[in-house]
Amino acid sequence: MRLPAILRFFSLALATILPGMAVAAWEMNFQAPKTVLAQDIYDLHTLIMIIIVVIFVGVFGFMFYSIVKHRKSVGHKASHFHENTTVEVIWTVVPFLILVGMAWPATKTLLAMRDTSAPDMTIKATGYQWKWGYEYLDDDIRFYSTLATPRDQIEGAAAKNENYLLEVDNPVVVPVGKKVRVLVTANDVLHAWYVPALAVKQDAVPGFIRDTWFKAEETGVFRGQCAELCGKEHGFMPIVVKVVSEAEYRQWVAEQKAAAGAAAFDPSKTYDKAELMAKGEQIYNTHCVACHQPDGSGMPPTFPAIKGGKITTGPVAKHIDIVVNGSTKNPMMVAWGPQLSALEIAAVVTYQRNALGNKLGTVVQPSEIVAAGN
Amino acid sequence: MNPKLQARNRILLRKLSIVAIGMFGFGFALVPLYEKICQVTGINQVVKADTTVVSTQVDKSRLLTIEFDSNSRGEVGWKLEPLERKRPVHPGELIQVVYELKNPTATTVAGQAIPSYGPQIAGRYVKKLDCFCFSQQEIRAGETRQLPVAFVIDPDLPDEVHTVTLSYTMFEVGGTRREAALPAPKG
Amino acid sequence: MQAVDAHGHDHAHDHAPSGIMRYVTTTNHKDIGTLYLWFSFAMFLVGGAMALTIRAELFQPGLQVVNPDFFNQMTTLHGLIMVFGAIMPAFVGFANWQIPMMIGAPDMAFPRMNNWSFWLLPPAALLLIISMLVPGGSAAAGWTLYPPLTVQHGMGMDLVIFAIHILGMSSIMGSINIITTILNMRAPGMTLMKMPLFVWTWLITAYLLIAVMPVLAGAVTMTLTDRHFGTHFFNAAGGGDPVLFQHIFWFFGHPEVYVIAIPAFGVVSQVLPAFSRKPLFGYTSMVYATASIAILSFLVWAHHMYTVGMPVEAQLYYMFATMLIAVPTGVKVFNWVATMWKGSLSFETPMLFAIGFLFLFTLGGFTCLVLARSPVDAQLHVTYYLVAPVHYVMVAGALFAAFAGVYFWLPKWIGKMYDETLGQWHFWLSMIFFNVTFFVQHFLGLAGMPRRIPDYALQFADFNMISSIGAFGFGLSQLLFLYILLKAIRSGEKAPERPWEGADTLEWTHLPTPAPYHSFETAPTVK
Repeated sequence: MRLPAILRFFSLALATILPGMAVAAWEMNFQAPKTVLAQDIYDLHTLIMIIIVVIFVGVFGFMFYSIVKHRKSVGHKASHFHENTTVEVIWTVVPFLILVGMAWPATKTLLAMRDTSAPDMTIKATGYQWKWGYEYLDDDIRFYSTLATPRDQIEGAAAKNENYLLEVDNPVVVPVGKKVRVLVTANDVLHAWYVPALAVKQDAVPGFIRDTWFKAEETGVFRGQCAELCGKEHGFMPIVVKVVSEAEYRQWVAEQKAAAGAAAFDPSKTYDKAELMAKGEQIYNTHCVACHQPDGSGMPPTFPAIKGGKITTGPVAKHIDIVVNGSTKNPMMVAWGPQLSALEIAAVVTYQRNALGNKLGTVVQPSEIVAAGN
Repeated sequence: MNPKLQARNRILLRKLSIVAIGMFGFGFALVPLYEKICQVTGINQVVKADTTVVSTQVDKSRLLTIEFDSNSRGEVGWKLEPLERKRPVHPGELIQVVYELKNPTATTVAGQAIPSYGPQIAGRYVKKLDCFCFSQQEIRAGETRQLPVAFVIDPDLPDEVHTVTLSYTMFEVGGTRREAALPAPKG
Repeated sequence: MQAVDAHGHDHAHDHAPSGIMRYVTTTNHKDIGTLYLWFSFAMFLVGGAMALTIRAELFQPGLQVVNPDFFNQMTTLHGLIMVFGAIMPAFVGFANWQIPMMIGAPDMAFPRMNNWSFWLLPPAALLLIISMLVPGGSAAAGWTLYPPLTVQHGMGMDLVIFAIHILGMSSIMGSINIITTILNMRAPGMTLMKMPLFVWTWLITAYLLIAVMPVLAGAVTMTLTDRHFGTHFFNAAGGGDPVLFQHIFWFFGHPEVYVIAIPAFGVVSQVLPAFSRKPLFGYTSMVYATASIAILSFLVWAHHMYTVGMPVEAQLYYMFATMLIAVPTGVKVFNWVATMWKGSLSFETPMLFAIGFLFLFTLGGFTCLVLARSPVDAQLHVTYYLVAPVHYVMVAGALFAAFAGVYFWLPKWIGKMYDETLGQWHFWLSMIFFNVTFFVQHFLGLAGMPRRIPDYALQFADFNMISSIGAFGFGLSQLLFLYILLKAIRSGEKAPERPWEGADTLEWTHLPTPAPYHSFETAPTVK
């Protein structure tokens, strides 16, 4: 009769029967908390669970006692009482008092959670379909952070990495022990910035900024995901926060600034086709592949084919225009001008016209993108 | 069914239908209601000048950091950027800041900037006297435009707020994009 | 289900066409109840197939079965079909069959409207199915249909919106009918406080439906005009706000949870006393508790939105108000346990499902209590820790109660008994597989797995596999239910006049078994 026991046996049985089950540790609680707030929430949850288990065992202790002792088959005769004001008042008032008691620590944690004042630094996280854009307001560093897991791992063609789906090309880097305020907004639809170990989750609403904060207590890499359905690649836009020492952080900032300088290229330079194709393939596989598919067949009508497509085999000016400025008719095709450099756009356009079944031979130079107004 | 009962049933049917229709209306009434609530709580400031003149008493004892932020939406290739990222100010002081809107694309677009504040509660205390968000901005292909904002931080701003972020998101006004003839003009 | 016409020979609709046309034109509450129940079962299988598609994809990490877009359509339609197509019509079916018999009325107050409100459902269901076939596919924004994602969708979204309009219309018509029947058509002597609790719960539910379905209709209408007519209700560009939709949706959505749960409370409140052979404990407090749950449900909607960034004061208010709901809900649970206490219990299938309901619904209720605490919720929101309690309330709550109701009243409806052994098998299989499916999802949620993702990180793999196995077991167990039903209808043993000695409402005490096609032509007198 006792169900929890049955259940436990059943899941244990499953665990031993199914191969591979014992490999990973079974995570049955929150991820290990890495901020004071995450610890508070963890403790709050533990407290509530204890109270709940006590009440649960109490109430169902009565029920199971009744099930065992008051059955017709053991000849128990039914009593006929059907009300008792005292008991009814007690079981209305007592739960109420317990609830009030439980509300108090929750209120304190909530107030701490929402206190975004006096941050040491501010990062803006912008949700895009389907990646995150970051901006360090104090240091003027900007970058995009996209899923780094290769497509063939997702499709089962290759073995999966340890951090499958939770790895990005450019992680957020923050110093340890500093209060980091995160401004969260979105570019297109709702997203949510969620890192469990740091206890931050904030919805990203297009047109509005919201703020939240965290203060990591130890260094390490903490991983999270977009937590608001944002379209088909919703499961594929992770968040990685790398918490480093103050010195390492300074160094990282310096590197980022240097890299930003180096990335500035000479627009008059002529790149050869192989170079553009290599870069283009990389860009395609990061930014285009989710919608237009690895073979360029797309998912018509929303995501038209690259392979033999009307635009990708038509006049090159129109092709560049739609990549840079987006589509006027289809909101799913966004303007990549603000996100990609002229070199990257030139490369991806060249790639699309010379790969994926297209053989137009066109080579687009970054200078042409600049000339077209980017 | 006897006619008397039928009549009673009809009366109830009519009343309940009115309730249902009323609730449909209530759904729509939530829209202005929500706007009102947001206005009062400062979550979502309407795009209008604050006519209530706040006290011009400058509180020199308190120093705040104002951060300026912007978002340019993805469908359009334009860029909205503040010319400065942050500024220390005293509450009550008149602050003027310039945002720059660049349209490097080959199309003319009209946009509406929507302000937003972090922390949200600050929205109640940012009193805008002049703002480019009060009207739509039509920007020609290749044009760069400087857009000013003037505002005062109400000295009543709660003490625990030390940093206020003022953020604008530029939204395209639907159907205003006009394609220039391709190929795009050089430069 | 052949109903026997005992004494209604002077009525025009006795000469109604037979076969399919009988059901198309019927105005008889029993026929319509039957239609509702079969329709909801069909939709339950469709929605279930969608759930299994979801679980099949989630069996292993990686994309194997469906593409992410179709996956999102599945989660969306599964939610909409189960809520609006399966669970709600099932309880309306119970209401149609039972309310007139339980209050001693000859039929529903508006028999013709009753027919219309049923026949609106199949076209709506068809629209939902067709929406998958149009270019761009169906709605893929989750059953909550949050904009601006819904504005990006193709024509499938419009079809879903129309389907919701039609479903809402049907619910409102049904509710008006139920309220009028209960308020105006009770037998002499049947005062409100003498009504069986099932009737009470439906009276309260019907009022809830009239209040909230139009609001949902309003919300999706605004989405529709935003999509096609250039309005900006939910678009910040025109001064709107996407979060506004969430407020309107949850103003509907939270009471909707109780629209589903409260009739389930009603069924359980009939079944538990019957098999405990003891009157329901605390009838009066049950009525008041149900009413206060209904009223409170209007005041807590924004607890579904703790992470959108509300002012902290609002968040505190919603946290306290939400916790208040636990008080009347607790009273109900205590009353049910007290009903069983010192009874003379027997454990036929309806009782098993009622106890299963009581046990699992309470468990689900407790997890909701965890979620009520806004800081904890902020961590668990939109993770699998949300998926689990929702299914504890919807499946172990509403569905188990519906099973209890079907097994309980089936002898009265068709005059034949179901196979008791198979019924018990159905219960135990459902109970075990349900928990295998959903209990482990609590762990997934705690560990941080977001819902509505077609693929997941490796640390979530084990529990997902268990959950998928459980889901398939649960799905297959329901085919057993279909078999039990068909077997009972075709070759069930003849039911005795009073199959359950402890059941003492009017349909058991004043009507023969099976219930005649026209019952209570002359009202009974209730003392």
